[in-house]
Amino acid sequence: MSVATGTTNTADATERTRALLTAADPGRRRTDLVMRSLIWFAFALAMVPLVWLLWTVTVEGVGRMSIDFLSLSMRNIFGGDPTGGIYHAIMGTLVITGIAALISVPVGVLTAIYLVEYGRGWLAKAVTFFVDVMTGIPSIVAGLFAFSLFALFLGPSAQMGFMGAIALSVLMIPVVVRSCEEMLKLVPNELREASYALGVPKWLTIVKVVLRTSIAGLTTGVLLAVARVIGETAPLLVTVGVTDSINMNPFDGRMMTLPVFSYRQYHQGYAPCPSGESASCVADIAFQNAWGSALVLIAIVLVLNIVGRLVNRWFSPKLR
Amino acid sequence: MSITDSPPRAGTRAVRRRRSSDRGFNRAFRWIAVGAGVLILVVLAAVALFLLWQAWPAITAGSTELASAVPRYPEETSLLGYVGPLVFGTLLAAVLALCLAVPVAIGIALFISHYSPRRLSQVLGYLVDLLAAIPSVVYGLWGFLVLAPVLTPLWLWLNENLSWIPLYGGQASTTGRAMATVGVVLAVMILPIITAVSREVFLQTPKLHEEAALALGATRWEVVRTAVLPFGRSGVISAAMLGLGRALGETMAVLMIISPGFSYGLDILAAGQHQTIAAYIAADFPESTGLGINTLIATGLALFVITLAVNMTARWIVARRKEFSGAN
Repeated sequence: MSVATGTTNTADATERTRALLTAADPGRRRTDLVMRSLIWFAFALAMVPLVWLLWTVTVEGVGRMSIDFLSLSMRNIFGGDPTGGIYHAIMGTLVITGIAALISVPVGVLTAIYLVEYGRGWLAKAVTFFVDVMTGIPSIVAGLFAFSLFALFLGPSAQMGFMGAIALSVLMIPVVVRSCEEMLKLVPNELREASYALGVPKWLTIVKVVLRTSIAGLTTGVLLAVARVIGETAPLLVTVGVTDSINMNPFDGRMMTLPVFSYRQYHQGYAPCPSGESASCVADIAFQNAWGSALVLIAIVLVLNIVGRLVNRWFSPKLR
Repeated sequence: MSITDSPPRAGTRAVRRRRSSDRGFNRAFRWIAVGAGVLILVVLAAVALFLLWQAWPAITAGSTELASAVPRYPEETSLLGYVGPLVFGTLLAAVLALCLAVPVAIGIALFISHYSPRRLSQVLGYLVDLLAAIPSVVYGLWGFLVLAPVLTPLWLWLNENLSWIPLYGGQASTTGRAMATVGVVLAVMILPIITAVSREVFLQTPKLHEEAALALGATRWEVVRTAVLPFGRSGVISAAMLGLGRALGETMAVLMIISPGFSYGLDILAAGQHQTIAAYIAADFPESTGLGINTLIATGLALFVITLAVNMTARWIVARRKEFSGAN
């Protein structure tokens, strides 16, 4: 008897197992489908603001684009006057970001070299940890730091491009370190060992082998870091101030930058046009200017991003 | 030359060799590299010290002194009572953004790591990263001029029908210049960092775990639920905290969208209720002098301490996780 029930039980169990395996539980399949659609939806949701934002900036900003807009400053432009442009802001952005890059790139790359090639012990651990922590410093705090630093030497009313560059470097250095560190780690150890085997000293190995192998990756890292800080507004608002004239000297007086220009124009709001809209008075010219400079800024950022990625793809040596 | 002489000579030569490898350029280069690393620690310490130095006059000043030097300073309040609402506003904005961003970010990270077509996933990752590349001032412009008018009807509806929920109470703003709009914009801004970190963690899930789940007949979602998410939990937590750090320090988007106020209220749909530290500093800094600037820097110091604590906790979780991860 027991044998008989045993066989039927086995047969039952086999049947049940077969049913489980061949026909999936509809509930489970439904959950799977629901979650799959939710996850696709999450991605689509993230693309909405991206596309919407790029679209708006292009549509609103393109109307203001002209040679004049790109080659004139805002000196002696008041109210709804639709002339004037953002040349001073473009130059300010280039000068300040350029100086920030000049400061951050050597420090960042050398720190990355230290972490990858020499880093051992508590110091390396501390540097890695605090570089990560530094990436989270709020940009306005970096601005306040530059302000306090220069208040020590020049008094509290100092405002100049170089201060802004210092503030931007505080934000840029950790980004450079992070990306360059990743790139240096990609250099295979065999290359270093081959170099040592030929009797090349370590520093020369780093300069001639490691850096040369990873130069494309380093360029990418630097370009992306520049793209990160070129749109910073708050620290420049605090340290560099605003001006309507062209100022190319980062050590003397206020400068204008693209993001700050955009904010200032937004802040001005609508211009009063007592005799109605005309060719010489456009009420919402400030908003048009803000969108125009935002478009130029976004174009610069996107070009830096795309060039950065392409440099890495085209020029990095094929390691495998 | 006897045989007994040679071992010590070989030994001294070896010692000299070792020394000669750390000489001249080698040593200089090493010290330059170490110096760069130390410089970073010095800069971070300098940020803290200089802020403290500039904030000190405000910290030690009496409340009457502060009231006369700082515009909009309420009478009879200590510095702490003055910074309090700002800290509250900052935390409210960041938490709101985090609640909106984290579920979406986890979805995107899973999409890129496990659902999207393999060949496209890198490009799709770049697209999400582009959200981080857009300057905050552009987010501010877009948030105020484009997004706020679109969201206002939704806020009004929420206010009308769900006002029994504390968050949706009060008098809803008709221009959308309220904390809720700020929360949405901030959520978009912190999506990329949360996505990037969680994506990395999800990709590290041991392949064997996933395959084992598949072999047991699990559906894709069951693989994710039983293998990927438990493995990535601490990574997602630290990603969320990094996002929180970003949201806490965001300036321009808040400054351009919100209509500021200094209350401890929860009415995120109402205008003139909240303000964040960063936006407050950026708004008032150009017009402040003397003790006013010191006070602003003191609030900046508070922000610095908060973000530092959040970021250090997040990084500590990541670092701890690295030691126990399945990679070894």
